[in-house]
Amino acid sequence: MLRVRNLRCGYGSLHVIRGLSLHVDAGEIVALIGANGAGKTSLLKALVGLIPPVGGEIRIDGRDATGEPPWRAIANGVALVPEGRQIFADMTVMENLEVGGYRNPDRALPIADVLERFPRLRERAAQLAGTLSGGEQQMLALGRALAARPRLVLLDEPSMGLAPLMVQEVFRTIRALKEQGVTVFLVEQNAVAALQVADRAYVLETGEVILEGEAADLLRNPEVKRAYLGKGYKEVWE
Amino acid sequence: MAEFFQYALSGVTMGSIYAAVAVGFNLIYGTTGILNFAQGEFVMLGGMIAVSLAAFMPLPLAVAAAMLIVALCGGALEILFFRRLRSHSALHMIVITIGLSIVVREAALHVWDESVRSLPYFTGNECSSVHLAGAALSPQVFWVLGTVGLAVLVLHTFFRYSLAGKAMRACASNYEAAMLVGINTANVRTLAFSVSAGLGALAGCVISPIGMTQYDMGTDLAIKGFAAAILGGLGNPMAGVAGGLLVGLAESYSVKFLPAAYKDATAFAILLLVLFVRPHGLFGRRQGSAVREA
Repeated sequence: MLRVRNLRCGYGSLHVIRGLSLHVDAGEIVALIGANGAGKTSLLKALVGLIPPVGGEIRIDGRDATGEPPWRAIANGVALVPEGRQIFADMTVMENLEVGGYRNPDRALPIADVLERFPRLRERAAQLAGTLSGGEQQMLALGRALAARPRLVLLDEPSMGLAPLMVQEVFRTIRALKEQGVTVFLVEQNAVAALQVADRAYVLETGEVILEGEAADLLRNPEVKRAYLGKGYKEVWE
Repeated sequence: MAEFFQYALSGVTMGSIYAAVAVGFNLIYGTTGILNFAQGEFVMLGGMIAVSLAAFMPLPLAVAAAMLIVALCGGALEILFFRRLRSHSALHMIVITIGLSIVVREAALHVWDESVRSLPYFTGNECSSVHLAGAALSPQVFWVLGTVGLAVLVLHTFFRYSLAGKAMRACASNYEAAMLVGINTANVRTLAFSVSAGLGALAGCVISPIGMTQYDMGTDLAIKGFAAAILGGLGNPMAGVAGGLLVGLAESYSVKFLPAAYKDATAFAILLLVLFVRPHGLFGRRQGSAVREA
């Protein structure tokens, strides 16, 4: 579905992603974990063309999509749910969803699905999106992406700043997406939750993949535990 | 009372022209972050082209053609100058618009010389007048109010109900997110320039019979339209309408209380006052509210 080979990109002369390769197969949930500043958000932005690549290639369904403008991503079936939601705050919830399906002539169907899944959004359909709570905004950001019926959803820190109950809801939704056949590439600081929901995972450090494997294996990996899970200090050191 | 009404109507008439300029300002600012100080030149070009065309085609056709030509010019300006300079700061772009306004003005001086022109009255002539509540009005006043009012209504409907209009609002609301949902934001920017230019040209045509058209009328309009846009709240197209009407009214009534020479100073006074007291305008969002995260 998504194949990244030797990708390099950054801001000006600062290279944030340095020769990164990874792949996401159809139907998978793949997680990307790593500390702040490892380049997780930059990688997602590069995948949809918000940051132009300096080298390497991005292939979607085998087709070269390197260097395409961001608005082509949706046409390729890739939707990014950006960090910090980035909803259209001064438009209504319904308008956000409609614009989300801008490229999808049959947007009415996925929008109905979204409203079914998140009844809160249905209740607030006519309300300005900026007045929603953080959790509701996350639902909306996700719903907006789904209105385009993407085959691959890139999620950037979907649980950031949310109440625990909302976090659970987010991860439930991710599982539900997988059941519908949508492929998910998930970037999370909440490494435990991400690894629990994912099939496979990559560990990113200063713009390079330092570890990859089955999510369950990574959960047990002492290195990962020490660095990202914040648990098991004792086991490692004793 | 009759006098009050007379002032009000002349204020609203000029105000609706300022409103058209302010709506254009806001449209471009909202989608691109550029303050387009060549906005007044669109009004001038609209009037001038319509005057030239009216010599050999019926008036309505000349007005429509002028609108179309100026709209195409506006779009071309965006493609030629601003699309390539996307990475530059908004300040650079603003300076470019000032440069463009000078170029257009000087070009107009060469093409049309410095004489004052005007379109014929759409109905009646300079002597005919309509009496309303004791005030005497040129029928053209109704053309100005009706046309600008209708144009604003059409725009409003477009933004509220059409997908393309919603896409334009999405661009203004969150540029990056707009690209992510698949909106070709470069085209939206071009469209914003075209629509602003076309709207300016329409205003230039309807005001021409009573306000006259001259090559250097744009500067004045750009500043007054800018004051109106700031007063309404920068970036919100429909707030520009309120801003324009208020600036027009203030200007009109100022003649009653102050020497007529201060008329043009009114817009500046409003501009400064708003910037000092309420920089986000009457209907604008406070800067920083967008940063608030739930």
